[in-house]
Amino acid sequence: MITSSSPQPRNYLNVAYTVSSWLFTLDHKRIAILYLLGITFMFVIGGLAATFVRLELMTPQGDLLESETYNKLFTIHGIIMVFFFLIPAIPAVLGNFLLPLMLGARDLALPRINLLSWYLFMIGGLFTIWAILAGGVDTGWTFYTPYSSTYSNTYVMATAVGVFVSGFSSILTGLNFIVTTHTMRAPGQTWFRLPLFVWSMYATSLIQILGTPVVAVAILLVGLERLFGIGIFDPSMGGDPLLFQHLFWFYSHPAVYIMVLPAFGVVSELVATFSRRRPFGYAFIGFSSFAIAVLGFLVWGHHMFTSGQSIYAGLIFSMISFLVAIPSAIKVFNWTATLYKASISYDTPMLYALGFIGLFTIGGLTGLFLAAAAVDVHVHDTYFVVAHFHYIMVGGTVMAYLGGIHYWWPKMTGRMYPEGWARFSAILVFVGFNLTFSPQFVLGYLGMPRRYHVYPEEWQVLNVMSSAGASILAVGYFFPLTYLIWSLRYGPKAPDNPFGATGLEWKTPSPPPTYNFDEQPVVEEEVYNFVPEDTERKPREERGEVPHARA
Amino acid sequence: MPEHDGALAHQFHDYGQQRRAAELAMWVFLVTEFMFFGGLFLAYLVYRYRYPAEFALGSQTMDVVLGTINTLVLLTSSLTMALAVHAATVSNRRMLILLLWGTIFLGTVFLGIKAYEYHHKYVKHHVPFAGQEFHAEPEHRLGLATFYNLYFLMTGVHALHMIIGIGLMLVLVVAAYRGGLTGPRSIVVHNSGLYWHFVDLVWVYLFPFFYLVAARGGGHG
Amino acid sequence: MNAHQEHADSADHHPAVSVYYVVFTALLILLAATVAVAQLDLEPLNFLAAALVATAKALLIMLFFMHVRYSPPLIWLVAFSGFAWLLILFAITLADYFTR
Repeated sequence: MITSSSPQPRNYLNVAYTVSSWLFTLDHKRIAILYLLGITFMFVIGGLAATFVRLELMTPQGDLLESETYNKLFTIHGIIMVFFFLIPAIPAVLGNFLLPLMLGARDLALPRINLLSWYLFMIGGLFTIWAILAGGVDTGWTFYTPYSSTYSNTYVMATAVGVFVSGFSSILTGLNFIVTTHTMRAPGQTWFRLPLFVWSMYATSLIQILGTPVVAVAILLVGLERLFGIGIFDPSMGGDPLLFQHLFWFYSHPAVYIMVLPAFGVVSELVATFSRRRPFGYAFIGFSSFAIAVLGFLVWGHHMFTSGQSIYAGLIFSMISFLVAIPSAIKVFNWTATLYKASISYDTPMLYALGFIGLFTIGGLTGLFLAAAAVDVHVHDTYFVVAHFHYIMVGGTVMAYLGGIHYWWPKMTGRMYPEGWARFSAILVFVGFNLTFSPQFVLGYLGMPRRYHVYPEEWQVLNVMSSAGASILAVGYFFPLTYLIWSLRYGPKAPDNPFGATGLEWKTPSPPPTYNFDEQPVVEEEVYNFVPEDTERKPREERGEVPHARA
Repeated sequence: MPEHDGALAHQFHDYGQQRRAAELAMWVFLVTEFMFFGGLFLAYLVYRYRYPAEFALGSQTMDVVLGTINTLVLLTSSLTMALAVHAATVSNRRMLILLLWGTIFLGTVFLGIKAYEYHHKYVKHHVPFAGQEFHAEPEHRLGLATFYNLYFLMTGVHALHMIIGIGLMLVLVVAAYRGGLTGPRSIVVHNSGLYWHFVDLVWVYLFPFFYLVAARGGGHG
Repeated sequence: MNAHQEHADSADHHPAVSVYYVVFTALLILLAATVAVAQLDLEPLNFLAAALVATAKALLIMLFFMHVRYSPPLIWLVAFSGFAWLLILFAITLADYFTR
């Protein structure tokens, strides 16, 4: 096995330094880095919009922003965060980088399509950014008709084009992952020897290819209605606005699982590595991803309880929505059972994983409140809903994403992150997050509607708490951005397998060579096969500069 | 390390793996196309349920003879496409080129007839969008407008796919003249064929859904 | 390579050319049938008849022209998952419209 001693061997990073070697690369690892840059930029934009929203809500009066500006800011926050951060974050960055490595393959099955999907993502992003700079868009991230198709005077078309184009990027990524998982696995790697991250990526990809085209049609129809007056949704032209909601949520509800299934995959890897155990109920965790992917397609109407859809349909949607809790609970129970009496080490990625399990559980359980049609009528479109989905998306997806970035950072860059700073900011993120969003459950239950910037004075205390939490959260996000960049130059060199993990990605140098493996790996053992002598961890200070490869 | 000549991409071990990946990728792509058209068909079903009388009326303004001829043309083009895939597999280059030209010709005829029908609708003021003057009885106005909206939308998106398909065929013809579609590269013809057949398959539904909604002369609506 | 070579070179398993002509003839007969059925007043079964004939044609195209008949199970699964998911989309959405 190659050692990571000097002189630095050839790897995917030092093989070439020109700009064109990045912009025209077909290497899945470089494309993952390109995605990392793109979505980090988008995260900052979306975060800035959220900052203004939270600043405005510090006081009951609308004294910082006008209503129109406020509408545009929460719309920008939603569109950027959903379509340009949460949906691509884990699949396009971590999935892209890791899938071929975990399968023992030299690349994804379709490298050109992979590069194309990055360009589509960037083009979609540019359209959206342009729409923001030109004057913004105020429809909310949901583009509900007929407001979006007829009445809004803002830049709906440019944003719609941006979302439409980036949708194709998402489709192509999913297509690539499905084909790769089927055709590129290493010899001996059966489906039940796949890491759980691969299972969850596969389930995510299924949703991406089956759902995204439908939202593409919905957005296309909104665009055609605005441009040419083809009235599919406009009642004055014979259309039905609710049809848009059906088409939109047929994708956008499963899209929640596009965001959170990859997070499940990351957390399964982290829990296994840092408790040094094969995950309890491996097959159950794997199949529950598929169950979520399928059930996720049957419940979209729970976003429409108050929209005027048939009450019978609402009843059915409500009942099926409860079923989604079963596979989600299976995962949480299995992670917990894996941790039971395990030798857990609390490295930074594990802190994020444990944070994820707690926050996702709260987010999931409050989801059950909302699935009950009677309760939902009371809290629909209030801050209760806002708090619920932020617990899933930020408490779930973003926590897992950060955990995953830290965990695989040594593999991606060949450098270790600073453990002390990283632990500190992981705790900061957890505290800040809870302070931001737990008051919003109360606000929502008291009846504060979402998307308003003026509210009665008695809600100010809770809103100030929330804004204070948001500022802590912002600091918690700022630290990793800083010290991870710092670590590229000053971080200790990473060994091939700094965390004593299993999996093919740790059996190649950090960072890996261009074609990932010097020899084609052959899988001869079960997945997550932690051998007993590995259970003795090396002291932390040794891990940074191990001069030789681990056996 | 296995052999890597020009036709085998770096990430694959052998031609079999490359071929399986390419075929699977095409099928997964077609599933996304299924879902894309599916959204439009859902709109069709919802509005046909809402405006049964107007859909019957609208369909009676369609030219069934032209629609049938066009279906015939498209089904025939699928036959020539299937035979072209066969020719590529057995490396019969002359036959492949001939059949590809045949497919292109039939596709163009289809688009020509379609264009004529669109023009006819335009002349008769059956275009309810883009600021056109739309003629319909007031009590059927909304339903008929929806019928024609869907007609233009769905056949239009289908025609767009036909144009892309014809472009694809032209690329194949050029490649076939250069002799680049035999052996392991015949998968390109196979996949293009899958796309062509899929577009044909969509029309198989569009034809009865717009031209044959209700019995002729039955006086429905 | 065991995982790879379960279904060696599926795309190479083509039917005999005569099969294409038989299928084409069947498609023409179905086309004639769908036009003929539309002349009868079967309301409300006209839609059902048209949809069934179209589905029969679609199946013939998929199974033979698109070689699904000669393909490994994975291709079957992918090819028909599109149909299955459309059924979900149609069935649940229409359930709302029918009971409003």
